[in-house]
Amino acid sequence: MDFDLDEEQRLLKESLDRLLSERYAFENRKAYQQSPEGWSREMWAHYAELGLLGLSFAERFGGSEKGAVETMIVMEGFGRALALEPYFATVILGAGFLRYGGSEEQCAALLPQIAAGKLTLAFAHTERDSRYDLAHISTRAVREGEGWVIDGEKGVVLHGDSADRFVVTARTGGGERDREGIGVFLVGAESPGVGRRGYPTQDGLKAAEVTFNRVRVGPEAVLGEPGEALSLVERVVDEAIAALAAEAVGAMAAMHELTLDYLKTRRQFGREIGSFQVLQHRAVDMLMALEQARSMAMYATMMAGEEDGAARSAAVSQAKVQIGRSGRFIAHQAIQLHGGIGMTMEYRVGHYFKRVTMIDSAFGDADHHLKRLARENATRAAA
Amino acid sequence: MDLRFTPEELAFRDEVRGFIRANLPEGTRNKLVEGRPLDKDDTVFWQRTLNKEGWAVYNWPVEWGGTGWSPVKQYLFQDELQQAPAPLPLGFGVTMVGPVLIAFGSEEQKRRYLPPIANLDEWWCQGFSEPGAGSDLASLRTSARRERDRYIVNGQKIWTSLAQYADWMFCLVRTDPQAKKQEGISFLLIDMKSPGITRRPIVTIDGGRDVNEVFFDDVEVPAENLVGEENKGWDYAKFLLGNERTGIARVGTSKERLRRIRELASLTSANGRPFIEDERFREKLAALEVELKALEMTQLRVVAAERSRRDNKPDPASSILKIKGSEIQQATSELLLEVVGPYAMPFEPEGWNEPPVGPEWAATIAPAYFNWRKISIYGGTNEIQKNIIAKAILGL
Repeated sequence: MDFDLDEEQRLLKESLDRLLSERYAFENRKAYQQSPEGWSREMWAHYAELGLLGLSFAERFGGSEKGAVETMIVMEGFGRALALEPYFATVILGAGFLRYGGSEEQCAALLPQIAAGKLTLAFAHTERDSRYDLAHISTRAVREGEGWVIDGEKGVVLHGDSADRFVVTARTGGGERDREGIGVFLVGAESPGVGRRGYPTQDGLKAAEVTFNRVRVGPEAVLGEPGEALSLVERVVDEAIAALAAEAVGAMAAMHELTLDYLKTRRQFGREIGSFQVLQHRAVDMLMALEQARSMAMYATMMAGEEDGAARSAAVSQAKVQIGRSGRFIAHQAIQLHGGIGMTMEYRVGHYFKRVTMIDSAFGDADHHLKRLARENATRAAA
Repeated sequence: MDLRFTPEELAFRDEVRGFIRANLPEGTRNKLVEGRPLDKDDTVFWQRTLNKEGWAVYNWPVEWGGTGWSPVKQYLFQDELQQAPAPLPLGFGVTMVGPVLIAFGSEEQKRRYLPPIANLDEWWCQGFSEPGAGSDLASLRTSARRERDRYIVNGQKIWTSLAQYADWMFCLVRTDPQAKKQEGISFLLIDMKSPGITRRPIVTIDGGRDVNEVFFDDVEVPAENLVGEENKGWDYAKFLLGNERTGIARVGTSKERLRRIRELASLTSANGRPFIEDERFREKLAALEVELKALEMTQLRVVAAERSRRDNKPDPASSILKIKGSEIQQATSELLLEVVGPYAMPFEPEGWNEPPVGPEWAATIAPAYFNWRKISIYGGTNEIQKNIIAKAILGL
């Protein structure tokens, strides 16, 4: 049991923190956001240089073979900086499918490109009616000769507007919500039949609605076992939730710090507002929510690599509940304690608020995961 | 960073678990599971069992009979006892006055008092709160007037837990009424058999009689019973209150309570189904399990950080342990109340000798719920804890 970072992890954190404090001030972020892609290619190159884009890949694929703790460190840093780049979409989600579902050839072809910053991915999964049910897929993949033909519509594909390739979930068989009959395919964004409509998201990122109209892919596009790929999706999404939890902790910690600074500098009634007990207790409540969230982000990190899917999913759900609840509480208090200034677009705190809100609704909000845990609890008790 | 227990730590946990299973009397365990009060003899027998094993004063330095266990092992030991459930070594002696004596007492005091604390040959109680000194503890007024080789103590203590069993009290008294309130307090050891001491039980809302008033009427205390220096008692009291960083959240106890909730909610039926399947209830249960898991991880972070601690400043994470721990324990008692439903109602007062009304496990549940409101009050209310955190950690 050891929660301290080792030497290499400390170095990773220091170099990332240095990079972000030098080049990701709030003003820089505004400029990146206004660029055509909505994020910084220059920063992307810096991430590649630091080894962040191949953090968890095998060395033979240009990676540095790091584990979940390193991912946590990076995501927490991005959460503090409100980084806009498609790290989550490409490295956590997209490359996650390659690491867990890709063949040796697929990995060799694509992971080195990702690690070098030359390829971005997006996970085209959610559909209009699917909400948070990972198995709810109506996009179809039909066998044709050696390959497959994909038809369907995907929504809120994070960074789908700029991705070079999509990782697409599609139904190879079964009914709309069956666990069986799900396949995962790699599709080039420029392939014939692929259409996309990009747009900004509430938290300043980018996303797209993506349509697949008789899109043909070859056998080399298949990830995992067609028809049996839901467990692959679940595995990657569990890791992704652990990463999001770390990002959320970074954002929550930043909100708490901003609020404390404000309480110590803002004066009303002739004194610092932080001298009022009602506000002091609120700041303590925020600290408790933050520390509980941090603990659960660590727990999710520890469990993200767990082979036992049920134990892993339960842990990840628990973390998602805590992150959602803590994030909302801290954000609401941060805005309230700042008063009017917290409501403005030009001040940082509101942007953290929007990011943690969107994190809550990614891959199941707190209530969704609570219900899932509750169901499993009852099943366990009955067994 | 490695968030898993080492094989050695896991082996240690199994050893503790095996020892408890082999040695804890079934009757003691059942009382704790069912929420019935322990007799003095239950606590004494178990602590002597632990002491024979060399584990009773696990947190003390080795030269005074301690174990030399790492903070992680100490935590695992407490956690296993709480989960069993088994009584912890009596806190008033082992985690409160014992460490104060070790840090500030004279050699004679250590030799005289520490071994009987370890073996629970002497039962200690804590004389801190007074009717006019609760959250504002430093305003206490019980006086100790020095007369040659003794102090004459007059005044009153209140909320003294288990004073009915106590042989000794460690007591905060005012020795300098002129000084600033924190600077006129001393830490005295008082023999509870001294003439002039009167104990009176206070009946709490659950019908229990575990807390007491203790009155001092010209009680003579030998001057050698002063711990450390005169008028430095407030420092020792702060040391005592800040001393326990592990176990204060009682994570193991809440784990055990959640097991009990699941067990009883599976036995109870509602609308023809086991109550555990009730949607609203099971969501509340799942939410509480999330809170407890988070607290457990926070507790482990604090425990793991002990090793690299250099100063004596509290870890930011440690500050939340008591507050969150108390909220969660109280929430478990609320869920149990919900499980028992209408059979929460029958009241079986002390001395009840008739067969139980309703399910045999039902009678203790409402009283425990009422009684556990105390957890966010004793040892510094949660509001006082927040004041401390705001000042010491947030710098407000």
